[in-house]
Amino acid sequence: MTQTKPETRVDRRRFLSLAGLAGAGAAAGVRPAAAEATPDPDIVNIPEWTQALGAGVNNHPYGIPSPFEKDVVRREVTWLTASSESSVSFTPLYALDGIITPNGLCFVRHHGGEAEIDPARHRFMIHGMVDKPLVFTMEDIKRMPGRTNRVYFLECAANSGMEWRGAQLNGCQYTHGMIHNVVYTGVPLRAFLEAAGVKPQGKWVLAEGADASAMTRSIPLEKAMDDCLVAWAMNGEALRPEQGYPLRLVVPGWEGNMWIKWLRRIEVGDQPWGQREETSKYTDLLADGRSRRFTFIMDAKSVVTSPSPQAPLRAKGPNVVSGIAWSGRGTITRVDVTLDGGRNWTTARIEGPALPRAMTRFYLDVDWNGEEMLLQSRAMDDTGYVQPTKAELRAVRGENSIYHNNGIQTWLVRSNGEAENVEVS
Amino acid sequence: MSRSARVGAIAGALLLALAGTAAADAVKLGRPALPEEIKAWDIDVRPDGLGLPEGKGSVAQGEELFQNQCAMCHGEFGEGVGRWPVLAGGQGTLKSERPEKTIGSFWPDTSTIFDYVHRAMPFGAAQTLQPDEVYAIVAYLLYLNDVVPDDYVLSKENFPKVALPNQANFYDDDRETTEKAFWNANPCMKDCKPKVEITSHARVLDVTPDAGKQGDKPAGAVE
Repeated sequence: MTQTKPETRVDRRRFLSLAGLAGAGAAAGVRPAAAEATPDPDIVNIPEWTQALGAGVNNHPYGIPSPFEKDVVRREVTWLTASSESSVSFTPLYALDGIITPNGLCFVRHHGGEAEIDPARHRFMIHGMVDKPLVFTMEDIKRMPGRTNRVYFLECAANSGMEWRGAQLNGCQYTHGMIHNVVYTGVPLRAFLEAAGVKPQGKWVLAEGADASAMTRSIPLEKAMDDCLVAWAMNGEALRPEQGYPLRLVVPGWEGNMWIKWLRRIEVGDQPWGQREETSKYTDLLADGRSRRFTFIMDAKSVVTSPSPQAPLRAKGPNVVSGIAWSGRGTITRVDVTLDGGRNWTTARIEGPALPRAMTRFYLDVDWNGEEMLLQSRAMDDTGYVQPTKAELRAVRGENSIYHNNGIQTWLVRSNGEAENVEVS
Repeated sequence: MSRSARVGAIAGALLLALAGTAAADAVKLGRPALPEEIKAWDIDVRPDGLGLPEGKGSVAQGEELFQNQCAMCHGEFGEGVGRWPVLAGGQGTLKSERPEKTIGSFWPDTSTIFDYVHRAMPFGAAQTLQPDEVYAIVAYLLYLNDVVPDDYVLSKENFPKVALPNQANFYDDDRETTEKAFWNANPCMKDCKPKVEITSHARVLDVTPDAGKQGDKPAGAVE
């Protein structure tokens, strides 16, 4: 695990240079900390939670967030889809910090509703071009040698897909919320393939789910033997039903649709199967009318999560620009932030673990004088890939691609702190 | 047992133990899958026709099935009801501002229609259609997309001969060559452009779900 060096003190020069937007006299409008004329009643009066006893230890046998956080929930964009069984809900990125997404807030994409499966009746089959087709129970799977824990982001290929033709949705929950990042517990898929014995002709695998869409995707054998996991736990507990309980496939760095939920079958073959989700969907229609297929890797991308339309700035003066970056090709090595729409950039600090194919947190401490800002972030990974602007992406791909929009996002932060989704020249 | 045979047996046991750490086989996990079990789950159909069951169905039979079981979402002629998927039409729209991606205008492989209808349709009653019924529905969908005539009977035998019009227009991911410019060791940091103008506002489109109702109205709060 690569742990980035924690930065314990604010780089004063960098802090001041950002304040340069305001000039040295940025104090105007900043609420002085010592200006209260009367004593704060929340200090001088005894509140009820200090006087009366609170609830007992098992008030919620499975804990839930504070009622004051009730708005931090997944949300739908109902006009997007015909039914909620084949639809998507979005992660409230604007309210989250660190790198791990809480299980109950991980975005959900179903194609045939949420399957509810008794783990005692779940089976996992390996067959096709193998020496010995095998069936495993959940108990078998949890007895397999080689159990591992890995942190990976899962991003839907259609994340930001509504933004190809211009700024549409006000909030990073909607523009970027088809992503989550958790620690998976499972066994490498390779172990099951080796147990069955892949025949030399085997070049692809088909992964299938047990839900009402019987979701299927073809995956190159090379990837299946490399870093794919057969996982039963996320963030230390059993997979949530909406994330594929009791078993899902983990396909690090590749588009979320391939991470088959309710995984029940792996077939080995010598060519791809041309399934619906790899032909009519999840292919990238370009401006010339032709389409790219097998665009599995999710390229480097980032977004400022705060401030953002759902998380406006509340005060002038010191503020923290916070965001996330990730790359399906490897590890995030650098994130730059601009306050002026891309004219000048400052390297943000990456804080916390920066792991391969995992969400990475960045911060930039700023002193804001209330002038309008055009905020953007730009991610770079260890292959040297630099997150492109939307204009650069459109120049290559046109506007009809739907999938794989990893262009740089702009938030206009107005002088009242409100933020809006915009695009800039 | 001779000394050398004993050494050999010990070495053999050691090798087995080492192998046992790597493969499930050695720890006896899982059991052989029975042919009936594989047959029950292995319903996928490949573009070359591998996996197609025995059977056949006509456009006329397909039309009746489609009107009864599919048209409520996809429309009588595959035109789509509301936001449900459009299945026919759209030819010549792929380069336009609003491409209509249907079986006839976009899908590369006929096998995908069979596979998908068989595994996941009708929506909410998946895997209830018999192979002959699936052949018939696929035949009707091909007819709606002007791929086969109205008297066509689709079968396992003639299936691989039916090609979709847009098949040649798919190619493998080439981002690492066509988007090579996105790999750049030294992106611009200072004075990267002379001026910046806002070219597009989300507010103009006003398609964001009602934030007020969700209790997180994005109002600014700076005094």
